[in-house]
This record gives sequence, structure tokens and C-alpha cells, in this order.
Amino acid sequence: MSLYEVVTRARETGDYGELMSAVPYAALLGMRMRREDGRLLFHLPFNDRNIGNVMLPALHGGVIGGFMEHAAICQLIAERESVQMPKTIDFSIDYLRSGRAADTHAVCRVTKQGKRVAHVGVDAWQASPDKPIAVARAHFLLT
Amino acid sequence: MAFEDTLFARYPDQVRETLKYRFLNAIPHNDTLGITFVDAEPGSATLRLPYRDALVGNPDNGVIHGGVITSLIDSVSGLAVFCSLPDFETIATLDLRIDYMKPARPGRDLFARADCYKRTRQIAFVRALAYQDSPENPVASSVSSFMRGASRHTTIFRKDKAS
Repeated sequence: MSLYEVVTRARETGDYGELMSAVPYAALLGMRMRREDGRLLFHLPFNDRNIGNVMLPALHGGVIGGFMEHAAICQLIAERESVQMPKTIDFSIDYLRSGRAADTHAVCRVTKQGKRVAHVGVDAWQASPDKPIAVARAHFLLT
Repeated sequence: MAFEDTLFARYPDQVRETLKYRFLNAIPHNDTLGITFVDAEPGSATLRLPYRDALVGNPDNGVIHGGVITSLIDSVSGLAVFCSLPDFETIATLDLRIDYMKPARPGRDLFARADCYKRTRQIAFVRALAYQDSPENPVASSVSSFMRGASRHTTIFRKDKAS
């Protein structure tokens, strides 16, 4: 099934599970997303494969970054008319707390969507949304 | 920045061996992605990531996901910091910015090289490039900063290993 078909169906049914399994990297991380109260919530259930420091233990910084970048991409796919995969121009992440061996959550906001470029902000947390483990922002090329 | 007071400079063979055999295996996610050690010097490091279908971000064209490059660059940057330090220390990424110059070509290995260009008492600053054929033609470039002495927990490196 092409990405176009996956996205079209997800928009009709509101079930984004197939979009997650259609992207191998998102499936490797074990990422999920769902629509709740009109907004998209992204989840990264804890998995041993995503550990970066076995002593703490803590999630790999790259996992948190990859999860947030893909959340931003999915947010754009879900919000836009086009189903073309947005291309990341730049991605910037600030790590605020260590990502523990626990489930991680994220929400995105499309700060600006132009014809060619979109700007998306992402917040990620574990225990509570008041205590973000990382914030990120990215520019995406849409054409 | 020339780092002469590094653990690496004092015990080059032991540190290189440790990095080759222990560092990456002890980081489960690097193993998940298939990242391997290439080389390191005081204050710099190079890692390699072979192409795999499981790392694809766009199923329509087979291009690797940016998140994979984030993990590769975070790892190589942290490694460059480690190689710039005077002794064993835990570090934590404070921030990381990546610019994507072009998509990584499917089916080809990806490399990343990082240089720690400044180390202060508490912070280390790093530049990194991800590339396929040559660093002159990068897929992505990055700047990052790391907190030194981030945790009191011991690292996977024990002091007795190198002394």
C-alpha cells in the first residue's frame, strides 16, 4: 500500500496505526499516535531497544529526537491536504531532563504553514506535561 | 582545539579498544540501529551506520529517517566529547541542531564525524557532519553542546580499566 492510500484511509477512519507501521523507522521505535479531544497525541511506549545509557538507565537522546521529529512529520501529514512526505530542513532539540526507562508522550503545534515551508514545535514528556523532557522545533519543506 | 590532557592521549590503545568493543555494545539503541565504531582521536570521533530497510523514513523512496541521523550524530558528538575529557565523566546532551543538506542515498552506508572544538569546565561544544561519499559533500551538519559531569552514576568505563 502506498503512503497516499495509508494516509487517505487514516484520515477517514481516524486510526493512524497503519501510518505508523508504514514507516519502518517509526515501527522500529514502536511509536504510536491517536486523536484525542481534537488533537493528535504521540506515544513512545518504553522499549529496551531504545536505551542509550544502561547505567541510569535512560533513553537514547537520538530516540527522543527521532520520536519528536517523526511526530512533527505525522502532524503535518494529518493536517495538510497533500500526502507528500514533508522533508526536514532543520531540526533543533533542547534536552531538559533525562529520558527515563518509561513511556514518552509528545504533542506538536504547527506554528506556521506557508506554501513551501512549515515550522513545527514539539513538546515531549514522561511523568507530566508540566515537566517536559525535551522541546524541539523543525522546519519542513513541503514541495 | 588541541586536547593534550585527555584520558585518550594518556591511554590511546586502551581507550580505542574499549570504544571499539564496549562503548557501542553497551548502548542498546546504537546496537538496534547497527552503528559501528570507525575511529577516534583526542577530541574527535567517527562512526558508521550501514543502510537497512528498518531505518527507512519514507517508504515511497527508501530514504533513511532523519531520526536515525539524529541518533548517529548525537552518538558521535557525545563520543567526541568523551575523547576530549581529562578523565572518566558522564555527559548529557544539552542541545543539538541538525541541518539536512540532502537526502541520504538508499542502499549506501552513512558516516558521521564529530569534533569537540571547545571544552569549558562545565560545557563541551561540538560540530559534526554526516556523509556518505565524502565529508565535503555532507548529508547533514550539526552543532551541539554537552553538559559535563551530568550524573554521579558511573559510566560503562571503569577507572580501573585504563589505569
